[in-house]
Amino acid sequence: METRSARTLLFSVPDWTGHDPGQHVDLKLTSEDGYSAQRSYSLASTSSPGWVELTVQAVPGGEASPYLVDTMQPGDELQLRGPIGGWFRWTEDLPGPVLLIAGGSGIVPLMAMVRRRIESGVATPFHLSYVARTPDHVIYTNELATYAQRCSDLTIERLYTRAGLPDGRRTPGRLALADIPGPSSAFSADVATAPRTSRTRVYVCGPTGFVENAARLLQERGHAADAIRTERFGPTGS
Amino acid sequence: MAVVSRGFGGRRQVDPQVPPGQYRTDDFPVLTAGPTPLIGTVNWTLDVTGVDGASHSVSWQQLMALPVEDVTVDLHCVTKWSKLGTRWRGVPVAEVLGAVGADLEGVEYVMAHSHGGYTTNLPLRDLLHGQAWVAFEFDGSALAAAHGGPARLLVPHLYLWKSAKWVNGLELLREDRLGFWENFGYHPYGDPWREQRYAGD
Repeated sequence: METRSARTLLFSVPDWTGHDPGQHVDLKLTSEDGYSAQRSYSLASTSSPGWVELTVQAVPGGEASPYLVDTMQPGDELQLRGPIGGWFRWTEDLPGPVLLIAGGSGIVPLMAMVRRRIESGVATPFHLSYVARTPDHVIYTNELATYAQRCSDLTIERLYTRAGLPDGRRTPGRLALADIPGPSSAFSADVATAPRTSRTRVYVCGPTGFVENAARLLQERGHAADAIRTERFGPTGS
Repeated sequence: MAVVSRGFGGRRQVDPQVPPGQYRTDDFPVLTAGPTPLIGTVNWTLDVTGVDGASHSVSWQQLMALPVEDVTVDLHCVTKWSKLGTRWRGVPVAEVLGAVGADLEGVEYVMAHSHGGYTTNLPLRDLLHGQAWVAFEFDGSALAAAHGGPARLLVPHLYLWKSAKWVNGLELLREDRLGFWENFGYHPYGDPWREQRYAGD
């Protein structure tokens, strides 16, 4: 378990040839009487032939996520298809600094990018702004802390919306303009003069409302619309 | 042979109105590759480009003067949600093509273009005969920017990525070309009832 309601699952998939950070898979769950349900989940791992790692947040009243988080046991099986998606994707050969904005379990595909950045050993500057309800809701908390200490080009900012830590300098609340790094601060070049290749690439992932707000703030802060890639997840059904 | 996931019960609601692999939602999720653009109607145009490369623009005023239809349709998104009974107002695509006197001789496909560079390819026949609209109202109100306003393509019999938001161009083609998601491995046609999610389905 990553938090009280999020769990990381590791699946052995012998014919999995690998994937890029940001891509997702389709899962199909089938009950004994043949009823089935399908959902999409982001890949949490960097490319890993033979293995697929997912982190799933249980949605209260949901159909697939409570099974994956609470019920599924080692040895149980499901059908999996992927990797899917080629747009919301980062690989170490892409030039330019990277800004990641995560809302809640939207951290998962962005964590795959952070992990790839660390593993590949490139010096690409990364800034992760991770918005969570409270410190208890932060997924991958120890791993993120380790990376932040180890790697000077990786900045990790945790922003809380409901309740923060006693020594937190920011009043808990939703993502605001002041929370958004500009295209040039902390990064290499000014957006107006920089060649497109050294522009900051921005990836935003989270619930629909979060992403809409973040994308609007990013543009207000001077990030070009075509430098922002988004992945939204809606409510998973009534 | 299906793999059974031990202990999985699920809701066991098989809804005949929902295509295979889809589930029903009453919300209207937003899925877009980038930020939502804010587009006004004053300078809005929809460019129809013929196979000869000649282009004709339809202004917002001209669009509003064309015959409108009110339709109630089901939406099916490839990310697996379906929303049933949605109410739209729009101009049939056939009326838009007719208004600019588009020459459809030899035209088999259409590439829809959107503000921001998004594209999606469709067979021409799927845009005619009361199957597709340039929609500008949802549920009795002006279409919100997040859902593709001021106007989007509405082709409800195909997965929703074919219903290009913020549509600003229809390019008539003799031969099929792949659009934005289709180039990333999504199905070139996208029929939800045949579950054509990805290339090869």
